[in-house]
Amino acid sequence: MTDLTALKYTEEHEWVALAGDVATVGITDYAAEKLGDVVYVDLPAVGSTVTANTVCGEIESTKSVGELYAPLSGEIVAVNDAVVDDPSLVNSGAFEGGWLVKIQVDPADVDGLLDRTAYVALTGGEE
Amino acid sequence: MPDLRTTALADRHAALGASFTDFGGWNMPVRYTSDLAEHHAVRTAAGLFDISHMAEFLVTGSGAAAFLDYALAGRISTMKIGKAKYSLLLDETGGVIDDVIVYRTGDDDFLVISNAGNRALVAEAFVARAAYTPAVVEDISDQMSLIAVQGPRAREIVEATVGVTDVAPALADLGYYAWSQGRFQDEKLFIARTGYTGEDGFELMVPNALAPALWDALLAAGEPLGLVPAGLAARDTLRLEAGMPLHGHELSTAIRPAQAGLGRVVSADKGEFVGKEAVVTASTDLPVLVGLVAEGRRAGRAGYAVMDADGTSVGEITSGALSPTLGHPIAMAFVPPALAEPGTSLFIDVRGTLIPATVTALPFYRRTA
Repeated sequence: MTDLTALKYTEEHEWVALAGDVATVGITDYAAEKLGDVVYVDLPAVGSTVTANTVCGEIESTKSVGELYAPLSGEIVAVNDAVVDDPSLVNSGAFEGGWLVKIQVDPADVDGLLDRTAYVALTGGEE
Repeated sequence: MPDLRTTALADRHAALGASFTDFGGWNMPVRYTSDLAEHHAVRTAAGLFDISHMAEFLVTGSGAAAFLDYALAGRISTMKIGKAKYSLLLDETGGVIDDVIVYRTGDDDFLVISNAGNRALVAEAFVARAAYTPAVVEDISDQMSLIAVQGPRAREIVEATVGVTDVAPALADLGYYAWSQGRFQDEKLFIARTGYTGEDGFELMVPNALAPALWDALLAAGEPLGLVPAGLAARDTLRLEAGMPLHGHELSTAIRPAQAGLGRVVSADKGEFVGKEAVVTASTDLPVLVGLVAEGRRAGRAGYAVMDADGTSVGEITSGALSPTLGHPIAMAFVPPALAEPGTSLFIDVRGTLIPATVTALPFYRRTA
């Protein structure tokens, strides 16, 4: 089980796990629940550069379309092909098998993100 | 959040862990677990829907049939007792105020069920059109609850429900778009073989006080047969696959019935009715509703533009989703008649990307049994 307090979060409901200078990014279970069953994800290409707080992909459910915001600036070093093939992984394991991309970042940038307490407060205390 | 109304089943939905949404001013369950799982359950077994937000009107009196012939677009007076009929409430311009189902319950007695969000407009139109007639219209929406059981196992489930007795005609003998009278715990139970999913199924009406017990009894009888509670998300993808219009999307006061493929619902050869002249004289060049199918997984959604091969916008999607049953994107859209022929190649502007789509006949899905 992922230690959710070890992750960082954004107001756009992404989570970030930093290992060295690589940030793994997904959407939170709160966001997945609000979206409903995810049926399509559109992710940036490996090697492309993303800019913090700009749209870099899409997450579609049966009912709606959500935009994926890059939580940090950097180069995409990996995308989760499993989730492209089976988008329901976002619902079944938002913090694990449902991760979306890995970005090579400046680790110092992570400090600007929300911690677990701030994120839970943002979602009205719904965990 | 504005003050939302709740149905008599609100605590059942909460106990089942439902997510809620504002639908027509009502706080309604959008899903309980997964909208895909709920959708598939209805196609393969059955789903249980709270549709108590819908509005019910009793139309009675010696002029009831003649009044409905005047107030609605279809020929109501020739309906047989025991039958149901889909109809439209038009305004003077031939636009659709709402789509309704009419049930004939007696020579001078009818039940009309309309959409939740249009209740006030329907009531207003009925009251106005009943002036100077002996017909009496009573809005019973606040007293009644409506529960739908939809899916291939629906009949087995209702037949197995403890407390449902004295059903006549028996459900095995009840045709589609017909209704039976029964009893549930010594109260009158109205059971209609109608629905909004493209499957066989029933809509059951009881007084609010009995709704929780009926919900529980249906769920208890149905769970061994695969029945699951299903929310509005599944209801929307089910009706879309079945090519059924949703007012506010495929129907509105800006749309004439023939544009939405509902010309057959209008009995232009009957006597005077509201909207008749406008419908009869409407231009045949107006955009018409078509089905669109595409490959891949990116769905066109309501409001997205439909383009021709030259990149010119030729229409707009009214409803769209990745079809859970078919596995590819489907949509309904209004396009000019010249582009409405099945097989016509068009494009959907999915947030800047043009996705090829092909015009297809509706419905997208038709049950086999």
